[in-house]
Amino acid sequence: MSTATNTDDKTQSVLPDGWEMVIGLEVHAELATESKMFSPAANQFGGEPNTNVHPVCLGLPGTLPVVNEKAVELAAKIGLALNCTVQRCIWARKNYFYPDMPKDYQISQHDKPLNIDGSVELASGLVVNIERAHMEEDTGKSTHIGESGRIHDAGYSLVDYNRAGVPLIEIVTAPDLRSPEQAKEYVQELHDILVAIEASDGKMEEGSMRVDANVSVRPEGSSELRTRCEIKNVNSLRSLVRAIEYEAKRHVALYDAGEAPRQETRHWDEAGGRTRAGRSKENEDGYRYFPDPDLVPIDPSPEWLDGLRASLPELPHQRRTALVERGASMSAAVLAVSRNTDKLAIAAIDSGSDATKVMKHVEQNLAVEGAETLQPADFAELIRMETDGELSSTQTKQVLAEMVETGNDPASIAAAHGFEAMDTSELETMLDGIIADNAEEWQRFCEGDDKARGKLQGFFTGQIMRLTKGQADGKVVNQLLQQKSGNQ
Amino acid sequence: MSQQNEPTDELNEATLLAQRVSTGASTAAAELENYLATIEQSEGEIHAFNTVLADEARTRAADIDQRIAAGESVGPLAGVPVAVKDNLCTTGVDTTCSSKMLEGWKPPYDAAVVESLTAAGAILVGKTNLDEFAMGSSTENSAFGPTRNPADVTRVPGGSSGGSAAAVAANFAPLSLGSDTGGSIRQPASLCGVVGVKPTYGAVSRYGLIAFASSLDQIGPFAHSVTDAALLYDVIAGHDQRDSTSIPTGIPTVSDGLDAGVEGLRVGVVKELSGTTEGFEPEVARQTQAAADALAEAGAKVDEVSIPTVMAGLSAYYILAPAEASSNLARYDGVRYGLRQPGANTAAMMRASRTAGFGSEVKRRIMLGTYALSAGYYDAFYGRAQKVRTLIIEDFERAYQDFDVLLTPTSPCVAFPFDAKTDPLTMYLNDVCTIPSNLAGHPAMSVPFGTGADGLPVGVQVMAPMLGEQTMFRVGAALENAAQTITNGGA
Repeated sequence: MSTATNTDDKTQSVLPDGWEMVIGLEVHAELATESKMFSPAANQFGGEPNTNVHPVCLGLPGTLPVVNEKAVELAAKIGLALNCTVQRCIWARKNYFYPDMPKDYQISQHDKPLNIDGSVELASGLVVNIERAHMEEDTGKSTHIGESGRIHDAGYSLVDYNRAGVPLIEIVTAPDLRSPEQAKEYVQELHDILVAIEASDGKMEEGSMRVDANVSVRPEGSSELRTRCEIKNVNSLRSLVRAIEYEAKRHVALYDAGEAPRQETRHWDEAGGRTRAGRSKENEDGYRYFPDPDLVPIDPSPEWLDGLRASLPELPHQRRTALVERGASMSAAVLAVSRNTDKLAIAAIDSGSDATKVMKHVEQNLAVEGAETLQPADFAELIRMETDGELSSTQTKQVLAEMVETGNDPASIAAAHGFEAMDTSELETMLDGIIADNAEEWQRFCEGDDKARGKLQGFFTGQIMRLTKGQADGKVVNQLLQQKSGNQ
Repeated sequence: MSQQNEPTDELNEATLLAQRVSTGASTAAAELENYLATIEQSEGEIHAFNTVLADEARTRAADIDQRIAAGESVGPLAGVPVAVKDNLCTTGVDTTCSSKMLEGWKPPYDAAVVESLTAAGAILVGKTNLDEFAMGSSTENSAFGPTRNPADVTRVPGGSSGGSAAAVAANFAPLSLGSDTGGSIRQPASLCGVVGVKPTYGAVSRYGLIAFASSLDQIGPFAHSVTDAALLYDVIAGHDQRDSTSIPTGIPTVSDGLDAGVEGLRVGVVKELSGTTEGFEPEVARQTQAAADALAEAGAKVDEVSIPTVMAGLSAYYILAPAEASSNLARYDGVRYGLRQPGANTAAMMRASRTAGFGSEVKRRIMLGTYALSAGYYDAFYGRAQKVRTLIIEDFERAYQDFDVLLTPTSPCVAFPFDAKTDPLTMYLNDVCTIPSNLAGHPAMSVPFGTGADGLPVGVQVMAPMLGEQTMFRVGAALENAAQTITNGGA
């Protein structure tokens, strides 16, 4: 997930006129801890099955959970980064039978979650309200051996508990999203926040960030909340967009046919491009939540929270704002922040370079791996050299590429290449030679209409650039051409 | 009682044994053989054990003797054989909860209390029988057959720690460990005529105790004497990071000052449980009164106290404990360990395994608990039961403003014959005196005090506030002293 999307409107809605989507997302993110939520076993992706396990996360009889303080810290940091109220929370057991789950209950938080009532502001300006962000433990993974790989007709199943007990945060939005693009932008933003505060690695492809979408539709302008379906098994941002589109269209089609969707959990079928009704899971009422008697409530002290708040790095929206305030466009700012090149841009702008010029480099020439590792001072110096005419734009690009590659400073790279701004007399001598060799073209350039002049200007500039191996400053060449042709 | 430093009383079997072994007056191996011989002789009749670890115990005794010969200090339980309830995890040794569900299951780890026993130089002699998953008051609910009461083998030993109580009463071991969720240590102690202690909730680590009802379960000692019980309490009590409900600081030690007497202590006799209540045997009521009189005689200020909500405890308990149990026992699904019955798919396999693995009392409580937690019933059952629990705690707090300890019978009756209480509700009433301490998290102990009907043992219960073990043990010691005086005087 290296690019961000700026979205805005409902004008591109895939729904027929008069309908709008209502989307809420539940994002599960694995917390980046050394050990599991309640067990000393390692929290590690991959590994041979059932090697990152301990009697506690296997739920062996007699074992007891002990809260991983680091996980609580990361979860509280997420809460603070999402502008939540971080409150005294109570662990609850969510009871249901499933072979992935060693205790046949999941330790979660129910009516007293750690984080409540937050919000995220997206680059598009949309504010997404966060209802809650609670902690829980992950389940293991089953592999069904048999015809289809599905549980109901498997010959047998294998269970890997390496993931069982990995700390999770579940972040639940209000039904504030109105398009798949907004959903995608929110997930991207959330991802960037989690990564920025080092609370999760946010890898959707490894399942360390998983998105479920609650989708319903309603007549545009209405404020009702109609029956929703929860879409699971969405493994990428692209799938998220497709799944939401499909599901919303399905709902509209049902209403158009005089029917209505049923509240259910549906699974996204990536290959088939559709959602399917899943195993009818026990509903919320069937979980028999009750406070976990093996654990005590967590009561975050104001001092502890102050310390966490102070430890938070600048968040993506703050970083975007910093650039926009310095004259960058929002779209350039989004790009720079997502590529981690915003610090470079700010350094260059703050040392006096033109924001537009800086952002152009950031957008076009820093779109390479390793660009974010440049020293901000070096980048600022490079832009200054270009601005002051010490380097041509072609030279600037070349030096920048080499800076990324070698980490050397721009002055020494330019010196090593013998890049120095050519003085005008040298160029003039060169141009005179070219004019002599191409007298006919020169005459047409001097006398021709704008169209012809334009074409021939390119021709003469090209000749100069060929001779100077691109070292000439295009602006200076242009000025000389105008002078000599008597048009200035 | 001046046996503190120089134990002479024969009841202080464990204390004396540890002293003999650690001073070299005797060997752990020789002491052990006495107990193994008794087991050999009577276990067939009593059935206190699910597993006897004779060979392992002998190896361990030899090791202890070697270390003592080498001049090492082995610990306060040097060479003391201890029997452990079969719901406490022991590495590589069957830990069954007396359930077909866990038959043959060998934990890969030791319970915290087992670690403590080992560190103190004790010898594990066996795993004792219990009501399946500690659900019961007679040990008749064991999947492996009942335990018989050494005082009268036609009667139950009480439960659920019937095996541990019987093991001490039958001299299979001088000490044993049980677990107490609603009286499962104190009631069998009372019925078998031994001392049984339920510590403050959080004083003893539950790590490795196979849970019945997590907010109520506590592990505690059985012994012939208050002194021995104190010795074992001091070994197992203490903070453990692996149990989040373990109390971090302030857990008392109790062995010192046991003989300080009760002069000036305020003792409240709980009116609602005084024995005049319906269902209480008159002899039990009389002994409780005699115990109160004895304490007054010894200088305590004895008075009646009312705990109005105490009778509601039983109802609250039989909502809360099954609710927690229904969740705690969900993991026995045939997937990872224990009994598995084949099924067409995972759900069918789980259903078949649970149907075959659990006995009827366990199933009854799982159903009760599942119902109580179900949406739409939660507030009416679990929610209300929690409120009752809070009220009981508040009632106790009020009582402890005026009293240091409270006194009741431990059980409304003496040991009853097998199959005498087949109606679950009748059986549940056995716990009426013991349940309130579990709900409040307070310590309580049962001390033998004379006999009741048919010459069977009667126990009186001493209850104390949170972490009030020191005072509680002192009162226990005074009662024990008085009981002996009365017995000797009467002889």
